[in-house]
Amino acid sequence: MLQINNVNTHYGPIQALHDVSLEVKKGEIVTLIGANGAGKTTLMMTICGDPQATSGEILFDGKPISGMPTAQIMRQGLAIVPEGRRVFARLTVQENLHMGAYFRTKAEYEETLEEVLLLFPRLRERINQRAGTMSGGEQQMLAIGRAMMSKPRMILLDEPSLGLAPIIIQQIFQIIQKLRDDGVTIFLVEQNANQALKIADRGYVLENGRVVLSGSGADLLDDENVRKAYLGG
Amino acid sequence: MSEASLYFLQQLINGLTIGSTYALIAIGYTMVYGIIGMINFAHGEIYMIGSYISFIVIAGLLGMGMVALPVILIIALVIAVFIASTYGWAVERVAYRPLRGSNRLIPLISAIGMSIFLQNYVVLAQGSRDVALAPQISGSWTFGDPQLFEVSLSYMQLIIWAVTLVCMTALTLFISRSRMGRACRACSEDQGMTNLLGIDTNRTIAMTFIIGAALAAVAGLLLGLYYGVVNPFVGFIAGLKAFTAAVLGGIGSIPGAMLGGLILGVTEALTSAYFPSEYKDVVSFGLLILILLFRPSGLLGKPEVEKV
Repeated sequence: MLQINNVNTHYGPIQALHDVSLEVKKGEIVTLIGANGAGKTTLMMTICGDPQATSGEILFDGKPISGMPTAQIMRQGLAIVPEGRRVFARLTVQENLHMGAYFRTKAEYEETLEEVLLLFPRLRERINQRAGTMSGGEQQMLAIGRAMMSKPRMILLDEPSLGLAPIIIQQIFQIIQKLRDDGVTIFLVEQNANQALKIADRGYVLENGRVVLSGSGADLLDDENVRKAYLGG
Repeated sequence: MSEASLYFLQQLINGLTIGSTYALIAIGYTMVYGIIGMINFAHGEIYMIGSYISFIVIAGLLGMGMVALPVILIIALVIAVFIASTYGWAVERVAYRPLRGSNRLIPLISAIGMSIFLQNYVVLAQGSRDVALAPQISGSWTFGDPQLFEVSLSYMQLIIWAVTLVCMTALTLFISRSRMGRACRACSEDQGMTNLLGIDTNRTIAMTFIIGAALAAVAGLLLGLYYGVVNPFVGFIAGLKAFTAAVLGGIGSIPGAMLGGLILGVTEALTSAYFPSEYKDVVSFGLLILILLFRPSGLLGKPEVEKV
């Protein structure tokens, strides 16, 4: 569904991604793990076209999306839950969700809104509250809900567990699995390698902008080097 | 009522009238600042162009023998709004969009260049002298004590209040309820994220320039009719005043721009009523300095919040 072939990305003179190739198949949960600064978020944002890849090719559903402007890429059936959640703090919960469904009809919006609120009862309780007044966990739920509002075929999640309490992290990972069961393909970037690999079908390890290892979630969990570097021995 | 309070009431009426038009222009500054964090220095010229266009249309229609004044004014309003919006759109396209992502000072300079260009372009096309238009809306409603002081509220002032009220209400509803208004607010908070939702933020930004220009054109028509004269340089001082109003109310805040405009208008009217009128700019800009000293984010502005 998502194919990344030999992608290089630069920030000015600094090269952040080196010849990255990976693939996410339809219906999979694929995770990308790596240390701080390895280029995980850069890869995520490069898929979204911000920044654009300097070379290489990104295909979504067989269609090249590298080179398209960000707004156009994000209308192809792809949605992102970005690093740091980035909910619109001064908009209400409902307005945030509405923004996610910007290009859909009112009926479609209302249908998906109901689905999202069933999945996140907390958001229903706070529907008219400003997003900025909510807790981190609630904001993360809102960010996921907003991404779901466009009915994407694939969701990119960038560190959804960052800074959250363990119990909330559990919930978030359950919801990610639920999304996959509902037919949404998931590409998950995580520092929380243990949790991420447990739910992932396959995983990739990124080091200094290069993919150094890949395999099934279970294989990577057992891998000696991965255990040492990311799972605390 | 005593003479003094009637006199005060009259000044209040005059101040609210000028203040309404400042508020209309100030919205353009505040919306553009809210969305791209930059001041549109060519905005005053858009107001001036709106004024010129309405003069030309009104004089033209009168010359063609049209007599129905409401129809003439509505046609003038529509044409002025349309053409001024096109100018507003062009300013964004020429002076801002190609420079997006560059150092913040650079679009500022290109906007000042745009302002100089537009001013001189009107000087060349229309001459630098005052252009006058005979008063179109006369008559007033007077009250008070004829022996002491008669307060007059002219129909033109009432029209300015009514039109401003309609524009502000429409704008508030648009921003708070409509889909595009929501996108505007989202964009002013996090442009990148709005983009990541598939929304073309360039279009949203262009729209704020267009809305600001349309409201400035409305102010251009109203103030043009109120004063009866226009020249190519009215945009500079009106722009400066409206910018002050926007900062006073809290730049980036739409209700702030409305409030700032009214406060500034009333302050000016009262100052020129009780002191030599040369002091009115001293007092209004002095007020600005005080607000900036004690409340830098303006009356209704949001203080910069640190993101967690």
